[in-house]
Order: sequence, then structure tokens, then C-alpha cells
Amino acid sequence: MRLPCPYCGLRDAHEFSYLGDATPKRPDASAPDAADAFHDYVYLRDNPAGPMKELWYHSAGCRRWIVVERDTRTHAVLGATLASGDAA
Amino acid sequence: MSDRYSVFSLIANAFTGQKGWRPAWRDAAPKPSYDVIVIGGGGHGLATAYYLAKEHGIRNVAVLEKGHIGSGNAGRNTTIIRSNYLLPGNEPFYEWSMKLWEGLEQDVNYNSMVSQRGVLNLYHSDAQRDAYARRANSMRLAGADSELLDREQVRAFAPFLNHDDARFPIQGGLLQRRGGTARHDAVVWGYARAADRLGVDIVQNCEVTGFIRENGAVVGVETTRGPVRANKVGLAVAGSTSRLTRHLDMRLPIESHVLTAFVSEGLKPLVPGVVTFGMGHFYVSQSDKGGLVFGGDIDGYNSYAQRGNLPVVEDVCEAGMALLPQIGRVRMLRSWGGIMDMSMDGSPIIDVTPIPGFYLNCGWNYGGFKATPASGWCFAWTLAKDAPHALNAAYRLDRFRTGHVIDEKGVGAQPNLH
Repeated sequence: MRLPCPYCGLRDAHEFSYLGDATPKRPDASAPDAADAFHDYVYLRDNPAGPMKELWYHSAGCRRWIVVERDTRTHAVLGATLASGDAA
Repeated sequence: MSDRYSVFSLIANAFTGQKGWRPAWRDAAPKPSYDVIVIGGGGHGLATAYYLAKEHGIRNVAVLEKGHIGSGNAGRNTTIIRSNYLLPGNEPFYEWSMKLWEGLEQDVNYNSMVSQRGVLNLYHSDAQRDAYARRANSMRLAGADSELLDREQVRAFAPFLNHDDARFPIQGGLLQRRGGTARHDAVVWGYARAADRLGVDIVQNCEVTGFIRENGAVVGVETTRGPVRANKVGLAVAGSTSRLTRHLDMRLPIESHVLTAFVSEGLKPLVPGVVTFGMGHFYVSQSDKGGLVFGGDIDGYNSYAQRGNLPVVEDVCEAGMALLPQIGRVRMLRSWGGIMDMSMDGSPIIDVTPIPGFYLNCGWNYGGFKATPASGWCFAWTLAKDAPHALNAAYRLDRFRTGHVIDEKGVGAQPNLH
């Protein structure tokens, strides 16, 4: 499997570290429902069978976090952007 | 002719042209309704149905399987059985599983080829020895057997290992002599046959496509062979768990990951029991046909593909070569992937759920095979009594909310590291 790093181009997945689903966003810790929101954020996952946005870290490359869209049924990579939202 | 397998039925059939055997289980069509539906015809689902009928007298049960029974992870694992866990939430459960393994063949009247030739976890450093000593003591507290072997004892038990590796010399090992392997398919077939004899319907090629809800409760399932109603529905589908709970808008502390297993060409007897490397993720046993059965880490990213990628193949083979340099010329026959329901703390969930009529058995990570009998036994109890047994009381669905996680490796909520 190779991942299209926006900086480095198509690189072997070996160079990357995996974090997981890119959808959960860190909740507001001062909100009244913070305990519930953090339980969801830390533990609960959609775990889709199909296209999924996920966070990979290019640890042996540009050391940027990227969001890769990948089909979990086939491992086909559908695209990648920088997690910061910057243009490469 | 008697249905019971015995030396007498074998001899009698030998004299009658082997014509007296009948199929080990019926190819049942789904009835309109049941007391309990178990989704998933793997080891866990079939064991659940068997113990529901045997222990709780609930015989109006269907096991719904989307393919043929045992075609998922039950047929794709490395067949290791052991109860060498550390934490109090885990060890009594796995030791109960070990005890059920020991009586399984007599219980279900089927040769599951349970072979207790020992599971040896090697250690290569003082710190690892201390951790294993602690684990060995914890196992004994739960009634399991454990032995801490020193360097010479490991050399005597497994002389074929690379004991004097320059980088990771073997200092000793944690041995559980009652551990070993079982024949995975025979476990499935044995439970299927025994459950069938007690009246359980095993419905194959019947994929569950949705749930029937009434007043918030689950009262049945939609399948490719029509709707089937039931008072209670239990889910035991391992890596496909999230695919089904999606229909209930239920998000779980589960990610599906791919784990690759390997088998070599057949060799003369080399490895007795199971050996695990302590300085890389590698475990190996030898099948009765002679093939080395081995595996290592999951690939580390979400996957439903039932096949892994080459970096893990390379990693596993490197670890194998470090431990057993003599297998360098052995050809790898096959490798295959299974979809693991990796949970957020590395431990399973067997529990009632907030949805009435719906029960959950999932989160087996890559340790589900050894748990098959106890998982079925405890899930049957949970389904029958609407409450967990003491053995699975720690495997609660809400433990992540309350902080009572059971994290053997202590790596936190990162499923690909468990």
C-alpha cells in the first residue's frame, strides 16, 4: 500500500504511522456535557466498511500529519490532504 | 444407527459400507420466529447456541450465518488455546475457557483435537522476566498453571530455538503446560453438531441485513431469507460487528483491523506446542499435518479486506528468522487475513445493551479462538438471564464510560496497538 503524501508524493505505507479515524474532533472540556463528549471522542468509532478519512503521520518523511481517504474494504486510496488544512 | 460417535458406531459402519452416517447437522431453513437468534455461525455463535440449549434449556434457537459456518475468523486463526492473562477481569474467564476446552470433546462427542503441549512465552531481559513472574503468579491466583523457566529449562524444552542470538539471547520463558492448540474447524463442527442435536436451527447463507424494532426494542432481524422474529437477538460476528450495529445507530469502542496468519509447507516434527518470541511479535506452532502455523502483528490500519500487506509479511518473517533461523529455506505455503474486532482496551465485551432484546458479544481483538467455549458459555448465560455471569461481569459495554477498562498491555485507547 502506498499513500499520496501531499508534500512527498506517493510513498510506501511503511514510512507512515497510523492514528485512526480523522472524524472525531476534540470536544470542549468546559462544556457541561464534557464527560459524555469525551467518552464519545476517545472511545466510540463509526468503524465504516467503505471510504474512511483517517490520520496518518509521515514519520519517515516530511513529518506532517495527513488525512487520507481510503476504502477499508479494498485498501484503495482515494486521496490525501494535509491535516492542518494548508495547501501543500 | 446411533447418532453418537464411538468406537462401536465406527466398527458397525465399517461393516455396513459406511452408509449409516447422517449429516452432522441439518441444513435448516429459517422459521418465522424463535426464542433466541444468534447472529454469526462461527465458534462463538455456535457455542452460544449450544450452551443456551444445554445449560439453560432454551432450544428454540437459530444461528444465522451469512456464508457457511466457520468461514470467518473461526476458520482463519492460528488455533492457539491458553489462559495466560494478567488482569483479574480476564484471567478467571480465560481459565474457565481452558477448563471447557479440556472437557470439550467428551461434552460435544466430537474430536476437536485439543492438544495440550504447552505455550511458552520467551523472555529476553530482566524486566521481561519480572513481568512474566508477575503474570505467572496472577495466573496461579486464578487457578491456572504456570511455570517460570530459566535459560537451561527453556533449552531443554525447546532445544531448536536460537538461544544465543547476539542481540536477543533467550533468558527464559513463561510456560503454561495446559496450553496448546485445537483443530479450529472441528471446534465449529463439533459445536454445530451438538447444538443441532439439541434442536438448534443452523441457518447458513442467511445474511442479516437489518433489525426489526418495536417500541425501541429489537424483536427480530431482516435477512436475505426473509424476516425472522425473536424475543432476544445476540450478536457474535467479530470483525463485522460495526457493520450490523450501524443499523441500530449504535457506535461501539471497536475498530476492525486485518491480521495475517501464515502456514509453511509440511515439515517433520519440529515445534512442540506453541512458542512466542519476546522481542518481536511472532508466535508459532506446528499443525498435525506438519505445517508451521505462525503469525505476528495486525497491519495497524482499519480494514475489512481479509488480506494484509507486505510490510507485515516481512516483519513476521524477520521475527521468525530471529527465533528459528533453520526455517530460512522453508517455503511459505499460504497467508490469509482475518478481520479482528479490536476494542479500545484490548479486551472483549459480553453484555446486555441499552436496547432491550439486543445482546452483544464482540471486541475479541486477535484472541478470540481460545475464548470460544467460555465466550459461548458466558454469552448464553447473559442471554438467558438478562445479566452477565460473574466470569464476564468485567466485560461490560459501559466500562469505557466508567473507567473500568481492562488494558493488558497498558497502551490506552489505541486499538491498533493492542
